[in-house]
Amino acid sequence: MSSVTIDKAAPTRTVKYGSMSRDRKWALRWSYFFLTLFAIFSLLPPIYMLITSLKSSAEISAATNPWWVFHPTLENYVGLLTSNQFLRFFWNSALVSIFVVTITMLISVPAAFALARMRFWGSATLATGVFLTYLIPDSLLFIPLFKVFALFGDWTGIQLINRWYVLLFIYPTLTVPFCTWIMIGYFASIPKELDEAAIIDGASWFQTLTRIFIPVALPGLIAATIFAFTVSWAQFLYPLVFTTSTDQLVLPVGIITTLIKGDVFNWGQIMTGALLGAAPPLIIYAFLMDYYIAGLTAGATKG
Amino acid sequence: MADVALQPDRVGTAQPARKRSSLQKALKRKSTAAFLMTLPLIILIALLVLYPAFYSLHLATLNKSMQRFVGLGNFEFLFKRDTFWLVVKQSCIFAITAVFFKALIGFIVAHFVHNIPAKGQRKWRGMLLVPWVIPPAMSTLAWLWLFDPSYSAFNYTLSFFGIGPIPWTGDAAWARFSVILVNVWYGAPFFMIMYLASLKSVPEQLYEAAAIDGANWWQRIWYVTLPMMRNIIAITTLFSLIVTFANFDIVRILTAGGPLDHTHIFATWAFRIGIEGSDIPLGASVSLFMVPILAVAAIFILRDVNKRGNEA
Repeated sequence: MSSVTIDKAAPTRTVKYGSMSRDRKWALRWSYFFLTLFAIFSLLPPIYMLITSLKSSAEISAATNPWWVFHPTLENYVGLLTSNQFLRFFWNSALVSIFVVTITMLISVPAAFALARMRFWGSATLATGVFLTYLIPDSLLFIPLFKVFALFGDWTGIQLINRWYVLLFIYPTLTVPFCTWIMIGYFASIPKELDEAAIIDGASWFQTLTRIFIPVALPGLIAATIFAFTVSWAQFLYPLVFTTSTDQLVLPVGIITTLIKGDVFNWGQIMTGALLGAAPPLIIYAFLMDYYIAGLTAGATKG
Repeated sequence: MADVALQPDRVGTAQPARKRSSLQKALKRKSTAAFLMTLPLIILIALLVLYPAFYSLHLATLNKSMQRFVGLGNFEFLFKRDTFWLVVKQSCIFAITAVFFKALIGFIVAHFVHNIPAKGQRKWRGMLLVPWVIPPAMSTLAWLWLFDPSYSAFNYTLSFFGIGPIPWTGDAAWARFSVILVNVWYGAPFFMIMYLASLKSVPEQLYEAAAIDGANWWQRIWYVTLPMMRNIIAITTLFSLIVTFANFDIVRILTAGGPLDHTHIFATWAFRIGIEGSDIPLGASVSLFMVPILAVAAIFILRDVNKRGNEA
């Protein structure tokens, strides 16, 4: 009985085995087919931004095929890049992002070094606390923060609300916890022998950090920098709450509040602005994709 | 056996102890230096995260002009409003559906990327991660234009198949679908990248063993891939649950809560009431409703992260 089943099983198995490579070929074809579908789905909005940005308003309001540009024109780009208002948004965004990245790195790198290498009272609790802070979303804090800054203005007479630089105080609450957290992970993975050798050679703690840890953990540092930049460039809720005058706005809020006038949507310019706003993160991503992905996965996998 | 094992251990503990006493002074200096290095971080978290967080608890107990203490009056008021329950319902539908589909699509796409030859993977991964890179406020504008009531490019395409114009953001049910769709589009790449990283860490031998045992593709996924990825799936899902539940950009730009408040979630409704309606205490009370769900997710994430830390 059992020998019969084995006999039966043997040929079917070899037949199946013979078709394995064909199966694989088909699996591969299906993979490419579905990946193409998903890639189209992923790239559809940015491509549509590009298509619309090359159209004139007349072509947009004419009921032609929306997926094709019949009369390509750069008038939207020229219009935006010569408008002082738009350049002002771009400048504000760039300024805020660069300052926030600098502040974030100045705060989180030394803190991560101390938390990873120099055990002190409460250091483990603080590391957990940093991680928990990273989980607090912006939409929970914007109302009390707004009130806190309003009260601060009342008490001290220093008006921070509706100034672009108020964002320099607020964005670090989003970037610092995450950057500290992933830098702790990178620093902790550096062998102890390295900094022991440095200490024996008479290096101070500060020198150990700048001469050993920062060069060795440079990939992590780049990943953290990219993260801080992307977050501060993309942030929408805080600038929407804290800034209202048009000369203080950053790019995302600026595009939405000035290019949409009541019910009139100037779609050509909106899409151009959105594309230009998406360009800096996309360019960084195109060149530093591996660091970008390293930072993305480090948040949840480094522990 | 035990003696041999104990011996180096005792030596190991005795030596640092002696060393430590002689380095007492240096250690003291070290902890001071460490404290100074973390001081900016502590100040930042205390002043701009912890203080506002507790301050919002206080705010939630004040009346609209913030002069009178009303206790739980704001919450009582909220519980009596239909819009509030609509927001609760929509927040849960939005977060759970979006996270589920993000996880599902991410899982499927990660498998397809994992399937193809290694040298082509980089290119595909690069393309598929683009939605995550574009600032959500910018990409949602493109979706808004794709959903435009009179010039919708989707409706133009669908009209060739005889499917009538779909009110993407005009009708309550379709608007709910649209915000979820955009959120899935934005978030699925994150899952894809995380799953891809963990798929690569599953040892090939396990699949070979499963194939020898005659497991089909479904059994390979169910008995090999999923158990190996359980931890990363849990962490990614919880992370995404927090972010999706607290989402603001997409809903705000796409529908601004409409039609008739049907797509409001906690963040957008809190903004509408607290900032636009300048009833700060009521807005603070609304956003406080996010805390329980966030706290539960955070506890589970922390448990998993600590577990991973111990394993490593």
